[in-house]
Amino acid sequence: MEPAEILSHTGGGAISLAWLMIVLPLAGAAILLIGGRATNKWGHLLGVLMSVGAFVVAALVFLQLIGLDPAQRRQSVNLYEFIPGVANIGLLIDPLSISFCLLITFVGSLIHIYSIGYMSHDPDRRRFFAYLNLFVAAMLLLVLADNYVALFIGWEGVGLASYLLIGFWQYKPSAAVAAKKAFVVNRVGDFGLLIAMFIIFAQFGTLQYAEVFPAASQASQGVLTAIGLLLLLGACGKSAQLPLQSWLLDAMEGPTPVSALIHAATMVTAGVYLVVRSGAAFFPEGSTAGLVVTIVGVATLLAGAIIGTAKDDIKKGLAGSTMSQIGYMMLAAGIGPAGYAFAIAHLITHGFFKADLFLGAGSVMHAMNDEVDMRRYGGLRKLLPITFVTFFIGYLAIIGFPLLSGYFTKDGIIESVMHHNAILGWLAVLGAGITGFYMTRMVVMTFFGPKRWDEKAHPHESPAVMTWPLIILSIFSVGLGAYLILSNRLLVFLGPAVGQPAELPGFHPFSVPGLTTLALVAVGAGIAIAKYGRSEVPVVQPRGSFLTVFARRDLYGDALNEALFMRPGQWLTRLAVFFDNRGIDGVVNGLAAGVGGSSGRLRKIQTGYVRSYALSIFVGAAVLAGAWFVVGTL
Amino acid sequence: MTAIPWLSILMGVSVLGALGVSFLKNDKLAKQATLGVSLLVLVLAVVMTVGFSPNGDRFQYAETYDWIPAFGVHYAVAVDGVALVLILLSAILVPIVVLASWHDAEQGKRSVRTYFALLLVLEAMMIGVFAATDVFLFYVFFEAMLIPMYFMIGSYGGAQRSYAAVKFLLYSLFGGLLMLVAVIALYNVAGKNSFLFPELIGAVTDPTTQKWLFLGFFIAFAIKAPLWPVHTWLPDAAAQAPAGAAVLLVGVLDKVGTYGMLRFCLELFPDAAKWATPVVIALSVIGIVYGAIVAIGQTDIKRLVAYTSISHFGFITMGVFAMTTTAASGATLYMVNHGFSTGVLFLVAGFLIYRRGSQYIADYGGVQKVAPLLAGAFLIAGLSGLSLPGLSTFVSEFMVLLGTYERYAVPAIIGTTGVILAAIYILWMYQRTMNGPTAESVAEMKDLNGRERWVVAPLIALIVVLGFFPKPLLDVINPAVKESLVNVKVTDPAPVVAVKEGQ
Repeated sequence: MEPAEILSHTGGGAISLAWLMIVLPLAGAAILLIGGRATNKWGHLLGVLMSVGAFVVAALVFLQLIGLDPAQRRQSVNLYEFIPGVANIGLLIDPLSISFCLLITFVGSLIHIYSIGYMSHDPDRRRFFAYLNLFVAAMLLLVLADNYVALFIGWEGVGLASYLLIGFWQYKPSAAVAAKKAFVVNRVGDFGLLIAMFIIFAQFGTLQYAEVFPAASQASQGVLTAIGLLLLLGACGKSAQLPLQSWLLDAMEGPTPVSALIHAATMVTAGVYLVVRSGAAFFPEGSTAGLVVTIVGVATLLAGAIIGTAKDDIKKGLAGSTMSQIGYMMLAAGIGPAGYAFAIAHLITHGFFKADLFLGAGSVMHAMNDEVDMRRYGGLRKLLPITFVTFFIGYLAIIGFPLLSGYFTKDGIIESVMHHNAILGWLAVLGAGITGFYMTRMVVMTFFGPKRWDEKAHPHESPAVMTWPLIILSIFSVGLGAYLILSNRLLVFLGPAVGQPAELPGFHPFSVPGLTTLALVAVGAGIAIAKYGRSEVPVVQPRGSFLTVFARRDLYGDALNEALFMRPGQWLTRLAVFFDNRGIDGVVNGLAAGVGGSSGRLRKIQTGYVRSYALSIFVGAAVLAGAWFVVGTL
Repeated sequence: MTAIPWLSILMGVSVLGALGVSFLKNDKLAKQATLGVSLLVLVLAVVMTVGFSPNGDRFQYAETYDWIPAFGVHYAVAVDGVALVLILLSAILVPIVVLASWHDAEQGKRSVRTYFALLLVLEAMMIGVFAATDVFLFYVFFEAMLIPMYFMIGSYGGAQRSYAAVKFLLYSLFGGLLMLVAVIALYNVAGKNSFLFPELIGAVTDPTTQKWLFLGFFIAFAIKAPLWPVHTWLPDAAAQAPAGAAVLLVGVLDKVGTYGMLRFCLELFPDAAKWATPVVIALSVIGIVYGAIVAIGQTDIKRLVAYTSISHFGFITMGVFAMTTTAASGATLYMVNHGFSTGVLFLVAGFLIYRRGSQYIADYGGVQKVAPLLAGAFLIAGLSGLSLPGLSTFVSEFMVLLGTYERYAVPAIIGTTGVILAAIYILWMYQRTMNGPTAESVAEMKDLNGRERWVVAPLIALIVVLGFFPKPLLDVINPAVKESLVNVKVTDPAPVVAVKEGQ
């Protein structure tokens, strides 16, 4: 089934007020930033209120949407003319965008609430909430836009929020550097997205989804592939996929709620959104661009998992895991309509269980004086019971423990990819096994074994304002996957937006890939328990084998970037500056000196004889002009 | 002719204001009077803009009087949409610059009141140069503008002000000389016994003559803009000029170059312009990338901002010579947006430098902690410099690239690398000055005071509002650009796949 036609929204209801979703948090950000210190007292409350308000609007829009006939569920709401002849600002309300809106505003609101507690001692808490609100507004614009230009405003808007929040503790040089790196690497991706837009506009004369998507098939194959690959470059930047993955691990410099919201649950999945949104037009089943998406996805899912195995920093371990899980989503998105629903389903459940894991890690850090080294944790399950239980549920969900959320969504991806390409499918199974290892390692090192922290730490459970969000997230981590996948609920719901495979997939719990996955996860978990649970974990990181160091250093991604881009770039910059000072300017000054007669003369000119010099130029000009005048009239 | 000679009134108020200010004995009074006059000019300019009908005649508020009848020289002024928005830009920037420069002239070689009188003289000339519809009158303003700017740099600038001022003047005079020759030759070749712009359109038909005359105008404008490789005067002039003068120099005066290309080079010599296009596009692309790379390597804040402008001027000239409606409208909008964006960047940099007494990036660090408002303003200014969507510069840069791609795909793609480089030069500068541990030398730095907030706030508000609602400006610019392109006899490339119904 092809996606439904995008209709212009005519009747009122909540859909007409969908813009409030964006405006509420945007207003929150503006009030908190302009209001400054005067809003310190209640700033965090306003921030929460605006985020919850956006969720309420999203829920109302959702209710109105499911009341409509499926063929009527893609409506575009034009707001105003932005660049005449090029783009409007308008919203596309359809099952895909509203799914994202619900995820962003619901998880976003929980993380806002959690941050009240987490940031309670920070003197800049108000500014933190302003940036969080700004992020929510930009992210909603990104997913709600009904054209590529409006999407791009949200796209770079979330990049800005990410920059501001990674660098929130900007007095730490490492945070400032990480923030800049994230922005610059994302700009490399945005370069691709921009060129894709130029090609689309030159081809179709418009950037509106409603006009571009139906016409896409009329463009040549080469053009479609080029657009697809350039969109993918943008997606790789935002979603930290190879080769633009390097910024995400450094981004963990930001406060932990930021890592949970932006760098796990929502923003980093924007690349998947872009691929799925443009899928029918630019990544159709069997296309070259789609094939490249799957390769990028599978490479990143393995790379992220391998990085995750070697990290001792709990947040960086989770960041590697995020890369890996988004790799799964990309992989599914690349295979076409058979994979879209599973990509989005995994995206949604991952949003919950990864937020749960990150906030759990934040709760542990909160208890441990911001210590992030898991070698200095150990035995925390008794001191942090709620954090432990919720983290453990998130852990079971992500490794795909039967009947929890991740089980259904990851299995769906593996099954659908297996039908499409068996090699990719088995690589995805292998990734699941590695996930079992690194996540078990994390849980064991943090919550089990003897305590390894020093005397200064006094671990304590976090306050209710932080544990309640954890509890809610973990409840969703248990049940959401089954709800979305069984009876193809999400797949049928998304059908009008992204299309549907001709044959609806069933759920096959006892297939060969499914059972193999479970077995490999068990093996991975077993190795982790044997290695970290049965023997003592050294507090100081051991040197490790070549492979361990390879994983610790993020597979030498940074070293590669430095060798290929940074150092040649620095060298080029120095050369250009030298050339500009000595080369071009040298020639100019030399010429001036020559005209003046000697460099001594030039110095004289520079110290006050300029008027006479100017006069001589005018005289010269007049003579020349006069000559021309005479010649011309003869 | 309209009943009210708006353009002459605008210039007249500025000139009379300058005269009045120069006679005031009291410096403080002189500053206040200058601010008052420039605000009056702004109000008048806004009223004039509101009265402009975008879809009416191309040239409005026209006034034509004979000046030197023997040679067909007129005092002829009028505005189309392009000239109008540039005059509005000037009228908005001058009062802001006056307020920002409150203490900048105190260490100058000449008196404080002279500085402020010069500002008003410059304002009159900036309005005149954009309003002139007689080519000779345009030339007169084009050259005369140099004089107040020369004194503002040379008498009130930094340590190397003499060198910078002379370099600025020599470069400009060299270009002006070529243009003077071309202006006079144009008069002769056209044989209309008139310098009036509308009468000269299509008057030069011989291809070789067109090329020579085009070059005469173009080189002058390329130096003014400045286009690579004749840009080296700008970093010196901008770094040595007082911050306010730098704003007007880079924000407005340089736009005369790109405006001149669009108005005169394209419309008077369309065939020659098409002949030169490959070279101009190539130089523009080089300028975009080169300016950005050299900006990354700067150690001086003001020079860095100057080099970013060289990169941005590459975008503008590329948009002008791509000769599509989207690109040329985008380039025109870029002229306005760049004025605001670089304006606020120079001014905030000026506040920073005034406090610390150094232009070197290495002398700063961790300012955000002690002066959060100053840092915030610097960041927003910087973000507009890297064309962040939601801020006005994005709209124009996007339009330029989008419109250029329609005709010249490869240059547009190379030019788009500028967005990556821009992120590096802005954010790295911000990181080194504002982030990290607070340097001892800036530990006592004070945050923005009331006056400075009034300088920054209107510019930031404009940048944000125009970032989301560029339509009011584009509605004025688009018809004028379309008429220009009609005179150049080019049409926009059609999309490969026709999708819109009814096409």
